[in-house]
Amino acid sequence: MRGVIMQVPAPIEYERATDVAHAVDLLERLGQDARLVAGGHSLIPMMKLRLTDVEYLVDINDLHDELGYIRIGADEVRIGAMTRHRELLESAELAAAFPIFGDAEKVIADPVVRNRGTIGGSLCQADPSEDLSAVCTTLDASCVIRGRDGERVVSMDDFYRGPYETAVGQAEILTEIRFPVRPGGSSAYFKVERRAGDWAVTSAGAAVWMADGVVTDARVGLAAVGPNTTGMPQISALLRGQEPTEDLYERAGALAAAHCSPSPDGRGSVAYKRHLAGELTRRSLRRAVERIQPSTVHEKER
Amino acid sequence: MTIAPEAPHATHRRREFTDNDGHPVGYGRMLRKEDPRFVRGQGKYVDDVVLPGMLHLAILRSPVAHARILSIDTSAAEAHPKVKAVVTGADLAKQGLAWMPTLSNDVQAVLVTDKVRFQGQEVAFVVAEDRYSARDALELIDVEYDVLPAVADVRNALAPDAPVIRDDLDGKKDNHCFDWETGDEAATAKVFDEAQVKVTQDMVYPRVHPAPMETCGCVADFERVAGKLTLWCTSQAPHAHRTLYALVAGIPEHKIRVISPDIGGGFGNKVPIYPGYVCSVVASIVTGKPVKWMEDRAENLISTGFARDYVMRGEIAATKDGRIQAIRTNVLADHGAFNGTAAPVKYPAGFFGVFTGSYDLDAAYCKMTAVYTNKAPGGVAYACSFRITEAVYLVERLVDCLAYELKMDPAELRRKNFIRPEQFPYTTQTGWVYDSGEYERTLDKAMELADYAGLRREQAQRREHGELMGIGMSFFTEAVGAGPRKDMDILGLGMADGCELRVHPTGKAVVRLSVQSQGQGHETTFAQIVAEELGIPPEDIDVVHGDTDNTPFGLGTYGSRSTPVSGAAAALVARKVRDKARIIASGMLECSIADLEWEKGSFHVTGDPTQSVTIQDIAMRAHGAGDLPEGLEAQICYNPENLTYPFGCYICVVDVDPGTAVVKVRKFVAVDDCGTQINPMIIEGQVQGGCAEGVGMALMQMIAFDEDGNCLSASFMDYLIPTALEVPHWINGSTVTPSPHHPIGAKGVGESATVGSPPAVVNAVIDALAPFGIRHADMPLTPSRVWDAMQGHPTPSF
Ligand SMILES: Cc1cc2nc3c(=O)[nH]c(=O)nc-3n(C[C@H](O)[C@H](O)[C@H](O)COP(=O)(O)OP(=O)(O)OC[C@H]3O[C@@H](n4cnc5c(N)ncnc54)[C@H](O)[C@@H]3O)c2cc1C
Repeated sequence: MRGVIMQVPAPIEYERATDVAHAVDLLERLGQDARLVAGGHSLIPMMKLRLTDVEYLVDINDLHDELGYIRIGADEVRIGAMTRHRELLESAELAAAFPIFGDAEKVIADPVVRNRGTIGGSLCQADPSEDLSAVCTTLDASCVIRGRDGERVVSMDDFYRGPYETAVGQAEILTEIRFPVRPGGSSAYFKVERRAGDWAVTSAGAAVWMADGVVTDARVGLAAVGPNTTGMPQISALLRGQEPTEDLYERAGALAAAHCSPSPDGRGSVAYKRHLAGELTRRSLRRAVERIQPSTVHEKER
Repeated sequence: MTIAPEAPHATHRRREFTDNDGHPVGYGRMLRKEDPRFVRGQGKYVDDVVLPGMLHLAILRSPVAHARILSIDTSAAEAHPKVKAVVTGADLAKQGLAWMPTLSNDVQAVLVTDKVRFQGQEVAFVVAEDRYSARDALELIDVEYDVLPAVADVRNALAPDAPVIRDDLDGKKDNHCFDWETGDEAATAKVFDEAQVKVTQDMVYPRVHPAPMETCGCVADFERVAGKLTLWCTSQAPHAHRTLYALVAGIPEHKIRVISPDIGGGFGNKVPIYPGYVCSVVASIVTGKPVKWMEDRAENLISTGFARDYVMRGEIAATKDGRIQAIRTNVLADHGAFNGTAAPVKYPAGFFGVFTGSYDLDAAYCKMTAVYTNKAPGGVAYACSFRITEAVYLVERLVDCLAYELKMDPAELRRKNFIRPEQFPYTTQTGWVYDSGEYERTLDKAMELADYAGLRREQAQRREHGELMGIGMSFFTEAVGAGPRKDMDILGLGMADGCELRVHPTGKAVVRLSVQSQGQGHETTFAQIVAEELGIPPEDIDVVHGDTDNTPFGLGTYGSRSTPVSGAAAALVARKVRDKARIIASGMLECSIADLEWEKGSFHVTGDPTQSVTIQDIAMRAHGAGDLPEGLEAQICYNPENLTYPFGCYICVVDVDPGTAVVKVRKFVAVDDCGTQINPMIIEGQVQGGCAEGVGMALMQMIAFDEDGNCLSASFMDYLIPTALEVPHWINGSTVTPSPHHPIGAKGVGESATVGSPPAVVNAVIDALAPFGIRHADMPLTPSRVWDAMQGHPTPSF
């Protein structure tokens, strides 16, 4: 039997990719034991703990020029996979299009991690407590995956295969995340953590679209309470065509609490996480609506 | 960056010797002398020690908590090209080194020979050419474990069917470690029988860990020809450690030099001797090369001295109008797999006996049962003042529970029951002699700084709007500065401390201490103590510590004992030098000793201040020609007459989010009385650091285990250290009640805040939850636990 926990990685080989094609090439050539490293803030800790047997690291940080971008279009926002947390946090255009990014990035990890960690690494790590997956689910994002045979585009639901598992194949790379832009919408994100920089106990994001004082569509994404990539159609169905009210948020929250599957751990009990899924869903729906209709801001929530 | 300017040339300074803050010649605020090297990255820590030919040691640790070892195959590890040695418990047993004594007269395995008793226990070690290869080779060692059921919940340790952990001890048939009691059981029972109001509250002070920034480690260098061992080591007690190595390893004591260089935080975590140190010494002897061992963070958290882990039932008896009459408690203490408590031997529960707090009681009684479990050893650490953290938490929570039941203001309930100033020295119902105190003054000051009345008004208003604001208070009395040596020793070494002072011919000085800094600022504080006595500027006084070849014998820094014990020694040795200086001055001024007057830094002839000599003049003369006494130096050992009893009043204000149960500490006022203040800036720093730790313990920290004894808190992802975002701006205040028996009236302060702050934070959270009818919830008050409490489940299973 192996000894307990180590914090020093095993020997590895290291290659630097110069562009996407080169990265795919290296992955193909080095086979099963090769792994991409982006910000390294998920992969390197796992290697230090010797929880993953990587033999070759293919470093894609030189691809930041190619894959580090935020492009705001009229009906679509495109974010390159190598865009760092910090860039997402600091982009005013992104905040204007999707305020949920600013809300979430403020509470993801700490400045040191945010300086290096990337949106691509976050999604590909597929940690069940990961915040950007919830954001992408909320915004109904799709992921662009490139391999030797070209590109394919998958929905979040298809992308996420389970904890630490995604649709990205062995010799493939996630290059871009795309977000549809629809008029009359806004979004928000709330997270409860035990301490600044900690992973979520539970988080919830909401996106709402409205016309003439009525909700036309809404999506909710949760983190740390089990698989959650559908945007919660039950909540969309409840809200569509309704005028937003406290009672409506209450019922939406109840749906979120009912339709998640948290497990107990040091961060909290199942009952508490369920409660939070409801409470934070209510808060983010309310905030998203307030952002669309600033006049509705509740005194208490200012 | 501001850098303290150079002191002006001091040889002929006379009258400007004042407490001008910033440049005091003596007590007062001044920047720490050691800080320039820390802030410029020039500190020298153990891991900075690099010796020619140095090898690296890594320890294989058990992945399971309780298991018999069936076999160990080291052949693949030995075949690793960079590996120099692989050593198992069986190898050590041949040298009689497989077991070592603990600081509490128990034994602990250096490497497992028979059975693993906690997860993370040391099973074997590898010595290799570099740190990476050593760890790679650990993966090549094949150990076959026969896994046994583990005792992970202390409450099951004494169950008849519990597996026996310490079958290495002759005839051991259960997991009982020791029983201990204090106070008068019958008298206390009588008071309880007749009391008008009785409140019982169960509470858990969970296992926590001091988690110093620098983990433990050492570099062992055994020179075969000279037969001399030099050990650079993360030790809070270098002299005591040297003696223990002499006793364990059989190396003569004069052939051992223990050096504690800069230490990145100790908090009691660096008091014990760990197997890793012993393994490194063995490795250096075996290989003939210097050997370095530095723990990873996970190793530090899972295997080194934990803190607390007391399951307590507290009872408090009072009259209807709130006069507290008695406190009774029953404690189940989890000591882990080996009793490695680092406390004076006659105090197996440390100083828990001060659980009577700051109150004048008629009776008190404690019964404690300590048990073995399948967890790491330790118990006394994390700035606990030998378990006063647990004692203060118990009494300060009980007083709040009583206030809750009596519907009395907790501040007024405390005030009503304080030991009054005229009662000091005050002997408590458990036999502790509190030296001095003026509690009400400190309480008033804290309430004024916090605007207590205003806070209560605000709280009433907020409650009307459904907001959860809480105000918590704690009033603590500490007992620090062990010995006296007649009562207090560690494995026979009396708790006293030496000090040597030498004034060089030009009037600069060197003071050598037996205690040692882990960040407390000794190089400044002790220079200031000598400066106050001799009038030599602190900048001109070098403080030497942490090297057994260069300092006098003493027991080290922990339990807030440096200033109470070594600080007294420094003052007294300086006075001894001053007495000698007086003789020389009388020769220089050609007058009788009786005609000399001392004014900080110089002697003058009574009635004629122009006839004077400075301490610097005297130093030169003492080393010059002539027939005056030679040299200006002295040495003493200080054996304290009693402990000192610092105290303080802390007030914490929290807001609890009713929807998420997240606690935000909004305000924290700490008023400390540690007697005479040497450097108020350092005191405030100690208090602020301790308050941050208190917020950590109260709200987020716990070393948790699953039912198989797996440690669930082996990294900083799971064991949380509060950041600047979780703590408020600290508001510090002080009162000064000098210790009557201490040469300069000083009391220790290093642990006051870790002792006093957790109950203040918990009391505040519970106060916020009063609308839910909650009287208690156990630490750590994470959002989940607070929410569970709001739902009516205040005591989670752990
Ligand atoms: C202390 C700490 C706290 C944290 N707290 C949070 C938090 O609160 N919330 C949160 O969401 N996250 C948190 N994180 C994770 C952080 O967001 C990481 O940056 C992120 O998970 C991974 O991004 P990365 O670029 O560092 O990925 P890496 O570690 O480099 O890679 C992660 C995985 O993704 C793969 N990968 C990376 N890029 C690609 C790509 N373009 N195509 C295919 N595969 C790829 C890698 O091979 C690897 O398997 C925390 C991390 C740390 C260290």
